[in-house]
This record gives sequence, C-alpha cells and structure tokens, in this order.
Amino acid sequence: MNRYKADLHIHSVLSPCGSLEMSPQVIVDTARAKGLDVIAITDHNSTRQCKVVAQLARKKGLMVLCGAEVTTREEVHCLTLFENFEKLDAFQEYLDQHLPDVKNNPDVFGHQVWVNAEEEILGEEERLLISGLKQSIEDVEAKVHELNGLFILAHVDKKRFSVYSQLGFLPFDLSIDAMGISPLVQVDELLKKHPEMKEYVLLRSSDAHMPDQIGQRYTEFLMEELSFDEVKLALRNEKGRKTEIGN
Amino acid sequence: MKVNDIVEKLNLKVFSGKVGLDQEVTGGYTSDLLSDVMGNADEGQLWVTLQTHRNVMAVASLKEVAAVIIVKGLEPEENTMSQSNDEGIPLLGTDLETFEISGKLYELLK
Repeated sequence: MNRYKADLHIHSVLSPCGSLEMSPQVIVDTARAKGLDVIAITDHNSTRQCKVVAQLARKKGLMVLCGAEVTTREEVHCLTLFENFEKLDAFQEYLDQHLPDVKNNPDVFGHQVWVNAEEEILGEEERLLISGLKQSIEDVEAKVHELNGLFILAHVDKKRFSVYSQLGFLPFDLSIDAMGISPLVQVDELLKKHPEMKEYVLLRSSDAHMPDQIGQRYTEFLMEELSFDEVKLALRNEKGRKTEIGN
Repeated sequence: MKVNDIVEKLNLKVFSGKVGLDQEVTGGYTSDLLSDVMGNADEGQLWVTLQTHRNVMAVASLKEVAAVIIVKGLEPEENTMSQSNDEGIPLLGTDLETFEISGKLYELLK
C-alpha cells in the first residue's frame, strides 16, 4: 500500500469567492509544490473549471477528482465527486436545471469565470453560483449516487452552511460517503459534541480559496494506486485501504 | 390562545398533526436555522420557518413547540408531514412571507 496526501476541497477562479489567482496552472503547481498527490476541484454549484485542471495535472502526476460543492435547498454545503467526465457532465446538467435564475453581481460577489490552461477566459457563469439549488439534500445525495459519485458533507463543524447549522442534526436516512471537517478543527472536541460522527469517515481538507491555502491541511489515503475506485475503498476503509486524518 | 384559534384567525392551512391543535400557544419564534431553533426556541411557541425538511419536525418535538408554520405557500415534504402526525405537532401553512406572518402573529400574541 502507498500513502497519498489528499486535499479534496479546493475552489478555483470560477467560484465567486475564489481568488482570481486560482487558475488551473497555479492550482496544479501549488498542489505539487505542497506534496499533494490527489486534489479535488469543488467550485460552488458548478463543475465547469475542473476538467482543465484535471487535464493539466495528468502531465504532472497529480490526480484531480472533479465535482462541485453543492448548496442544497436547506443551504447545506456538500462535496460531490465523480469518476469520469461523462458522469461529471450529467451532473452539470442537473446543476444547470436546478440552479435558481438569480443573476450574479460580480462587484458584490466576485467574478464567475472559467479559464483554459493559458489563463484565457473560456466562459462566464451569469447565474449566482452561491444560491441554494432547488433540490433538497436528499435529492442531491440520490442524484450523486445514481451517477456512482461520492457524496461528502462539507465542513460539518462550521456555524454556517453545514448540516448541523442548517438542519440541527444528521438527517436519518442520508447516505454519506464521508464527513468533511475544517482545516483547523480539533477532532476530539468535535466527536464529543457529535458522537454519531464516530461512525463516519472524516475527511480534512483546506477549502482553499487562495493558492497559499492549498494543502494547508490534508487527509492521507492508504491505497494501491491513484484512482477513483481506490479513493472510494479508502473512504470505506475496505480491503486494507484507509483514510487517516491528524487530530 | 390555542393553536386552533390562531389557525382560524390567520386563515392557516393545516397540513398534518391535527391532534395537537388543542395545544396552548405561549409565543412565537422565527428562524430558518435549525441549530438556532434548537438553542433558542421555547416550549409552547409557534415556530415560523421556510424549511420543509423532515428534521424540522424532529427539532419541533425536541423543543416541544406548539406548532410549525411553513411560509410562502411552500409544501412540506411527505415524511415531514408523517412525522408531524407521529409527534402530534401541527404543521401549518400560509401563503404570506415570514415578515408578514410573524407580524400578524406578534399582534395576536403580544
């Protein structure tokens, strides 16, 4: 088994709150420089930047998982990750269908553009990406799993946009692949507050919006090789694969 | 004042939990963050929210609120209604927005 460093919650230039410095090239170079092996591009309610990052990373031996950080109707943030571009496109269609038609105001929220490897603008999302989707948390979970993707609750310890802040406690029949936690949260204290979290795999990520935040904290996967299926096994702690986070 | 009196005065829709319409109302609380409601709502209050998720009823039961009012004509999810029936806590509805229904409720209960 090999040990891989993973940071599975990173925003690109496409997220309104993401720094304009977060271009595909900068993300890939910074991730490599920080010694990361796997990253995920999870922009708010859009998957439109991650393909370029994934293509660029391939040449550098860095694995990029593509997905989005979805805001559900309840305003719970959830990380969604997919195994290939086909599944990713199907999920983008779902996002396009359910994102409310509220226009972004770049002066207030920030720009929502995606770029190519040379940092030239390819397109701009007109609708505000930080709106809540017109879908419940259960709807989003069902769609992600229908597409064989990973459904991870984002930063559950946060006082805003977390499952605990929005819904009080974990919905009964939600199928969760991991619970994301913030870079600096103390795990033992968190588990005291929410003992049921012990039953889930925890995933620590940076939630980077700026280059120097990438890999600030990470999770380690023990697995055979860099692949989506191996990450899946690691998140289940199955067949000798493991997910490890520091306290 | 009982939940049923308020249903009549404010012309509220009763989705479920009819058993609880006899409950005495002590006040109101308006919030959409369930964690906030868990920390701050009091027993016997009417809780005004736009959330329709099933966890609403679990929080309502935990805090022993008298009833929940869903605003803006939103429809609660099926399992939210069934849990309201199980708990015997009425799930009510209005087409009014949160600001308006909270104001009317305040006038009635102040």
